[in-house]
Amino acid sequence: MIRLRGIGKIPGAIASWLGERFELEDSLMAVLRHPVPRELERPVGWWYVLGSATLAIFVMQVVTGVGLAMTYVPAPNSAYDSLQFISHEATLGAVVRGMHYFGAGAMVILVLGHMTQVYLFGSFKFPREATWLTGSLLLLATLAMAFTGQLLRWDQDAFWAVVVAAEQAARAPLIGEWLTRLVVAGNNVGGATLTRFYATHVFLIPAAVFGLIGIHLYLVVKRGISEPPVAGLPVDRPSYRARYAEMLRRGIPFWPDSAWRDAVAAAVVVLAVLLVAAIVGAPDLGNPADPTNVVADPRPDWYFLGYFAILALIPPATEALVIVGLPLFAFTFLFLVPLLWPDGERHWSRRPAAIAAVALPFIAYASLTVAGFQSPWVPKLEGGTLPANVTQGLGDAAHRGADLFVSKACFACHAIDGAGGRRGPDLSHVASRMTRDQITARIATGGSGMPSFAGSLTPSELADLTAFLLTRH
Amino acid sequence: MKELSRRRFLSRVTVGLTGFIGAIVGLPILGYLLAPLFRAPTDELVPVGQVSDFPVGETKLVSVRDPSPLAWAGQTADTALWIRRREAGGPSMFQVFNVNCTHLGCPVNWQAGANIFLCPCHGGVFYGDGTVAGGPPPRPLFERHWEISGDRLLVRQQALPTVKQG
Repeated sequence: MIRLRGIGKIPGAIASWLGERFELEDSLMAVLRHPVPRELERPVGWWYVLGSATLAIFVMQVVTGVGLAMTYVPAPNSAYDSLQFISHEATLGAVVRGMHYFGAGAMVILVLGHMTQVYLFGSFKFPREATWLTGSLLLLATLAMAFTGQLLRWDQDAFWAVVVAAEQAARAPLIGEWLTRLVVAGNNVGGATLTRFYATHVFLIPAAVFGLIGIHLYLVVKRGISEPPVAGLPVDRPSYRARYAEMLRRGIPFWPDSAWRDAVAAAVVVLAVLLVAAIVGAPDLGNPADPTNVVADPRPDWYFLGYFAILALIPPATEALVIVGLPLFAFTFLFLVPLLWPDGERHWSRRPAAIAAVALPFIAYASLTVAGFQSPWVPKLEGGTLPANVTQGLGDAAHRGADLFVSKACFACHAIDGAGGRRGPDLSHVASRMTRDQITARIATGGSGMPSFAGSLTPSELADLTAFLLTRH
Repeated sequence: MKELSRRRFLSRVTVGLTGFIGAIVGLPILGYLLAPLFRAPTDELVPVGQVSDFPVGETKLVSVRDPSPLAWAGQTADTALWIRRREAGGPSMFQVFNVNCTHLGCPVNWQAGANIFLCPCHGGVFYGDGTVAGGPPPRPLFERHWEISGDRLLVRQQALPTVKQG
């Protein structure tokens, strides 16, 4: 069959030999050419690229992850140093680690974007419920990958994140203590903890993700890509399949009529991640993980900051409910979506509640994320000084009081003229709203979340501190 | 009919054997993975210093090392503790606190001037005696059992303390 008339024909010849020997025409190509609704030729087709963009990023995560695993040492006494080596010394190490880091953020965004689009298009409805369910599991897996990945940095943030995760697990009813031991792989965070998170991050969850993507794509092909929703044309279970089959008879082959858009989107997101990684490089590690260094300021990566914030802002009494209940509720809701609303209107303009179900959590989580970045509830532990204009021209007592304001850690929670913590009220003008007696009483007895300082201030110190605060009109 | 029941028998044998293979591979793996989770915490007493290292009225940070750590545990074999010397002697001479905030486990920071512990994560505050002064923590700081042996202060090792609910 193969006639080598010119060197340029060799690739085509190889391709056709492979195609013939592997019988790709009626397997791979038949699948790739499966019909999709003709509407996808129109610009609305661009909404359908988010899934493949996510897949492209996942493949990039696997490739960069394998690269990192060639150098990373998953042991507590070496992990941090090996990451520093990757980030600062290995050729292209900063780019590869940067791609993996920014790829993780991109994957979280793309998975959420993909789900939002599918939800608002009503594509989860009959007969594609199982596609949504496997997608929900993929979202869970993506978040689990993001969390376990952060821990592998084995810096202070990572170490204390393990402790916080273990403490949260402990709040689960009945199995709490057992879950805690599962998280830290024993009684305490130690030599066994990191290797388990490593194996979970590079073997267990990825294996689940590969399997789930397989099922997800199988369902996408088997159930067909949903047609763009039309307002006033609800899903009617008895007649939908016939209507969809009719639509496909007038349809276009996915390959290449629709696939080119997926390729464009995949190229754009991968290129974007590569560019950011090449320009910004790998994110700096914090201080190395050290249980004995209590000068820590642990923070999760940005996509978990909203959850971090909510734990500071809710009333303590509701905490068990929020730590266990909120994620449980969110994922139960996610799984129930296609089972509760399998038919009816698909178009978002006919589903105002669906729009609210997307908008409200997004707005709420975005606000919580902003709050998490600012963390006003965190005391300012690193110390500091009051601005010069605050201490200038003070009398003796007030001057001593100003020194006490800093040394007795009032400063950690209260700001004066822009300096100090934001955990408690700003005291720049406290004298205009409180009398001498009220100030003295509040310092001595505390209240509204403020500790009592009666035990750590002498009567004369208390008088000096009050004298200082009374200068703040 | 006979042919069909033979087929049914063979499918059952095949499914059964597959399950059996899964079980004989899975059981040792499960045991291997779960065993560390059921190991009892070490409750050994470990020395943290001389009694005279801790002046009366002061609160100091010490670190204790796991007596039998894994060889690659590095720094994670250490645990930090806040030790408060209350009196010169007697049964309430010391208070030994885990550094973990009782809210979600972040390390609390001692502010000697103000006599309070502050937590950097969600703003929990504790008094010098470990009781809650403000913020989300649901209970006082976790304390550890201590003993005096000669002139040494010994502290009992324990698992990561958690607020048990349910």
